[in-house]
Amino acid sequence: MKRAARYIVFYAALLGLWALLAKLKIWPPYLFPTPWGVANELYNGFRDHSYWIAIVVSMKRVLLGYLVSVVLGMILGLGVASNKFLEETMGGLLVSLQSLPSICWWPLALLWFGFNQNAILFVVVMGSLLSVTIAMEDGRKQMPKIYGMAGRNLGARGFQLFWHVLLPASLPYIVTGLKQGWAFAWRSLITAEMLYVSLGLGQVLMMGRETSNTDAVIAVMILIIGLGYIVDGVIFKSLERRLQHKWGLAPST
Amino acid sequence: MSSNPQNVSVPIPLPVDHRGPVRANGSRAKAHVAIVRPAHLTLSDVPKVGLSDICLSYRAHGGERLLALDNINLQVKAGEFLCIVGPSGCGKSTLLHLIAGLHQPTSGQVLVDGKPIHGPGTDRILIFQELGLFPWLTVGQNVEFGMKMKGMGKAEREEKTRYFLRLVHLGQFKDSYTHQLSGGMRQRVALARALATEPDVLLMDEPFAALDAQTRDLLHDELERIWAETGRTIIFVTHNVREAVRLGDRVTLLTFRPGRVKREFPVDLPRPRHLEDVDVARAARQILDELREEINRSLEVEYHEGVKPHVETGLEQQ
Repeated sequence: MKRAARYIVFYAALLGLWALLAKLKIWPPYLFPTPWGVANELYNGFRDHSYWIAIVVSMKRVLLGYLVSVVLGMILGLGVASNKFLEETMGGLLVSLQSLPSICWWPLALLWFGFNQNAILFVVVMGSLLSVTIAMEDGRKQMPKIYGMAGRNLGARGFQLFWHVLLPASLPYIVTGLKQGWAFAWRSLITAEMLYVSLGLGQVLMMGRETSNTDAVIAVMILIIGLGYIVDGVIFKSLERRLQHKWGLAPST
Repeated sequence: MSSNPQNVSVPIPLPVDHRGPVRANGSRAKAHVAIVRPAHLTLSDVPKVGLSDICLSYRAHGGERLLALDNINLQVKAGEFLCIVGPSGCGKSTLLHLIAGLHQPTSGQVLVDGKPIHGPGTDRILIFQELGLFPWLTVGQNVEFGMKMKGMGKAEREEKTRYFLRLVHLGQFKDSYTHQLSGGMRQRVALARALATEPDVLLMDEPFAALDAQTRDLLHDELERIWAETGRTIIFVTHNVREAVRLGDRVTLLTFRPGRVKREFPVDLPRPRHLEDVDVARAARQILDELREEINRSLEVEYHEGVKPHVETGLEQQ
């Protein structure tokens, strides 16, 4: 209750400050949007379905790209974690590759795939694959060794051991990495979409610039933040909470 | 002397099925109505578990090779309850891991029924000191795990899970998660999970070390009952001498670094025994005198290397 009240006060104050600055007209109105202008833009965007279409297109892309990088990242990460040679060689490469902003893959993606969806998907995968891989590798290493031993002791072998023991045992350790991978995928997607007529949120954002419509720019930015928050703060949070509860790691409330 | 009711030789009530569970090959585990040493189980001349010339060395952080186990020779008869004691750092846990097939000895062989082992097998199940229960599974799913890995059908699995959970008095907790249980209950889940794979040999690594004295007493009684009922061979590692005498048919004393068999003590006391029995205390005292030398050696190492030995005599808790 008290927390909700604090939120309301904070956001009301923020909105009030924004409205005040807009009202004072320190900057010309076409450069500094008003809260009501943005609200109107959001309303119109949803009513004529253009935002809905952009959201669906972007979500489809990011989900597909994320799925690919989770599957590939799991295989890569487990490979690196379970092989000393790979760990020494690939491990360092993965970390250094991660310092490369994902959009740097864009030129290569264009040359390989041409101006189309696949180029965007490629950038999304490259953006999140590395962090998923590193998270998997870390998860496997942090996981207490006893589970693997207990599994083998009870007769689990090969894929059985992986599926029934190693994967569930490392889940609490990799879920943070999966979350981070999602954040990278989402950012890479929006960046790539901004560079290409793509129907996605990124393009709608750029359209605001081209039409000098700052209301639209802010509205789409709010959409991008909101979607990111829903996936991160609602879906992943509840997943994390469920895991912690089931594993008995939940802090006593 | 306390007038503990567990000291009186009252027959301990058994579950409904006195014959023990059906094993995978259709035969039944041997069962006993009263808790006595199962003498007729020791007919075979081939030991159930044989360790021949086991050596284990490993490379320490400094780079030099350390000898952990030195020329261990041990024979364990079928149905025997063997306890291994020694100060921390004598390699007794490592020995169990070798028998379980989770590690390879540097030289020497582990034999089961006279045949060398190849890796882990469900004929030898180890109960780890930390238990290693799977926190993402319920109690029932934990107990079921080994059977599921074997590819046993669901109906059969469920029936056996119920049987083994009842055997350790946890029938009500099938759907709980392990972190919702007390230490003693978790211990019993581990026991049920191990028994459910129907191993011939049960390897137990200081299973009761972290429990309070009352729970430990209770679990001693239960373990003894289950041992007598199921006829399993048990190799039980502990640093508590009195616990070893309380449970074992025989107590093997290992030396401190490298681990060697120092001496073996047969324990011919009638069962059921109790930790507080005078005879148990007397036998423990005799073993402890021998153990003291090893404790002193480990203490010397503590001064020189900063390694903290942990030895529990079991004599101070009355």
